[in-house]
This record gives sequence, structure tokens and C-alpha cells, in this order.
Amino acid sequence: MKIHLPNSAFLGNLDPFIRGFDASHPDSLEITANDKWIAVHPAVLSMIAALGLTVKPEKINCQPFEAASRHYFVRMGLFKLLNIPSEIVIKEHEPAGRFIPLTQIRTADEQTRFITDMIPMLHLQPEQAKTLGYIFSELIRNVIEHADAENGALLCAQYYKKSNTIRIGIADTGCGIKKTITRSHAADTDLDAIRLALMPGITGTTAQEGGTEQNAGAGLFFIKSIASVNRDFFVIYSGTGFYKLLKKTPARHRHLNADPFTDRHTASSDMPAWPGTVVGVDITLDQTEEFSLLLDAIRDTYSSAVRARRKKPRFS
Amino acid sequence: MKRIEIRARAGAFAENKDTARDLRLNEIVPALEKNEEVVLDFAGVDATTQSFIHALISDVLRKYGSDVLDRIEFKSCNDTVRKIITIVVDYMQEGAD
Repeated sequence: MKIHLPNSAFLGNLDPFIRGFDASHPDSLEITANDKWIAVHPAVLSMIAALGLTVKPEKINCQPFEAASRHYFVRMGLFKLLNIPSEIVIKEHEPAGRFIPLTQIRTADEQTRFITDMIPMLHLQPEQAKTLGYIFSELIRNVIEHADAENGALLCAQYYKKSNTIRIGIADTGCGIKKTITRSHAADTDLDAIRLALMPGITGTTAQEGGTEQNAGAGLFFIKSIASVNRDFFVIYSGTGFYKLLKKTPARHRHLNADPFTDRHTASSDMPAWPGTVVGVDITLDQTEEFSLLLDAIRDTYSSAVRARRKKPRFS
Repeated sequence: MKRIEIRARAGAFAENKDTARDLRLNEIVPALEKNEEVVLDFAGVDATTQSFIHALISDVLRKYGSDVLDRIEFKSCNDTVRKIITIVVDYMQEGAD
């Protein structure tokens, strides 16, 4: 496998970075980077960490980083997590209030500890903490329950002062969304599966409305809704499928769509095949709606979507 | 009456679905089987997830029907918790109608 870190790869311009990913030869990983500057979204870091853990450390060939911003990758814990040497020397800074380094989570207990520790680390306002905690909790849980990923979830986050934004990335190298969803629903492509996974009330664990006793099929719909109401980017990439919720202009009404393809978005079904699932979310704190107001919009959309799927009588 | 303090079991951010399942199977359902009323006390819970509430009550609603809500009290819920509980109860009833 080969992955190249460009000078810039955030959710708005993530597509070219992903198109450059070479998934061939999965027993080795070659990491190259722009020589001048590297600025990447946490989702990119999570992807590299997740890929790196699928190969032996001696099979990772990481080109020495020359860019002035190379220290960032040490601070975020990339080399440490992958157990590969780095010649970059940094003075460690207190991470509180700025970032959550790369973290691997495999169990529900590890998740609970992470959620408990994470909220104070980011020094958030209570309403913002609820939103971030919610996003992390549901995304991690999806990996633990559905991804069948030996290495669990790889995640990190970064606060950007200039834009007052928290960017979140989580990646796994599990079975991917299509395999999970098609246990109970028909999906021909990875993108079809992503579309279903983002709809409220659709879960791979059952075709039954209302879900099972443990799964409702609502987690990803909630997260996409949080990004939508806050007018932020949301990206999900699994197999060859790629969906990006685009930023939108402020609206008077907090309208949510049950079908993600009705939202302002871009989508591709011919990306290099990612062996698992990647999710990236931006949360602009200035725009963060009060969490309880967001829940009002979700409630309306969710109930309507469930009603719309009810079987209707056939008249002739 | 069976009283369950959610914060003591699931913390201020109630998100662990395994904990929710254990509460449902080991405490809520046995109490309902004995025709007891159940009080789910959310005092001190700042936030929760839809997944947690779903794991806590959805199967109870499916098994006993929406009349079971007459025997369950959701106590000391803040606005966020109250709305998430309402979403789960709504969609379970929408799906069951």
C-alpha cells in the first residue's frame, strides 16, 4: 500500500488525497509526504494509523519528513503508535485544549474511559462537550459493534483556533459498511450501503423497523444531522464508496433530510478501495447549535422517515 | 417500586450500551415481570446517547407495548436527556403502530 501526505488534505479537499491512495500489496505500507508543508485533517492521520497497524512495523517504509510542520505527526503520536522510528525531536507540549492524539480503542470500557477523559481535555463549553461526546461515542461504538476490526478504532482530533473548529477523524480496517448493511438490506455498491447506513432506522442487524434490542440504525444519521444543522463538513468513506456532506448557508429552519442524497453533497463510487470505514467530521464551535434544539429537528425527521417506510395497502 | 440511579451505573455521560443492556435485563425487566413500577432516575446525568436509551428501553417497549410507559417513570431528566428518551419512544411507537 502507498499513501502520500500532500501539503493540504482537509475534508473540503480530501478527494484528491484519497484518489492517490494505492491499496495494492496490503502486506506493506509506504508513506511519503510533501517536502515543504503538510497540513492534514485528523481523518488522514487516523487512516494512516489504521493502515499501519495492519502491517508489521518493519514493513512500513516511512520517508523522512522534511516539511516544517513534521513535528505535528510526532505530537499526534503517529510514529509511537505504529512503533516505527522517527528522527524528529520535539519538546512535548501539554495537549489540553488543543488536540486528542491518535488513540486506539477496542472495547466498550476503553471507549467509556476515553469519553470521560476526552471532554476535559478539549476544554469545551458544556453544550459543545455534549455534541463532541455524542459524536465520538456513536462513531467508536459503531466500530466496536459492527466493523469486526481486529485493531479497533483509530481516532484523533484537533482544535483549530483560527476557525474555532474541532476536526475529528476515526478510521478502522474492519469489514466495511457494505458487508454490515447487506446482512439485512440490499445494496449493490459501497456507496449504496453508505446511503442506507446514513438513513434513520436502517441497521445491518435487522430488517425490522425499530431495530433490535441493541441497535436502532440511528447513530450515523444523528452524526450527519449534527454536521448538517451546524453547517459543517461530514465525510464517510468505505470500500470504493465516498460521501461528503457539503457546507451550506445558514437557513431559517433546521430542516434535516432522511435521505443523505437529498442533502447538498458529493459522492463517488470509484475511490480506491478502503479496507474498512473512515469518518471525518468538522464542528465549528461558533455555529454549534444548542444540542437540545438539534434533537427537536432529529425527532421530526426520524419519525417521518419511519412512517414513510411503512407498508401501504395496494389498491387496484 | 424499583428505582434505578442511572448516574451511579453509567456516569454523567451515559453512553455505554453494555451497561444499558445489563440494567434492562437484570433490573428493569425483572421488576416489570413482578408488576413493579420502575423509576429511572437521571439525576446528575448531563447527556446520553440515543444508542444508550435504545438499549435501555426499546426492547421493553417492544415486549410489553407502549402501555408499559404507564409503569416507567423517567425522573430528573434534563432537556437533552428528555428529548433523546422522547425520540426513542416515538420511533419505537411509530414502528409498532
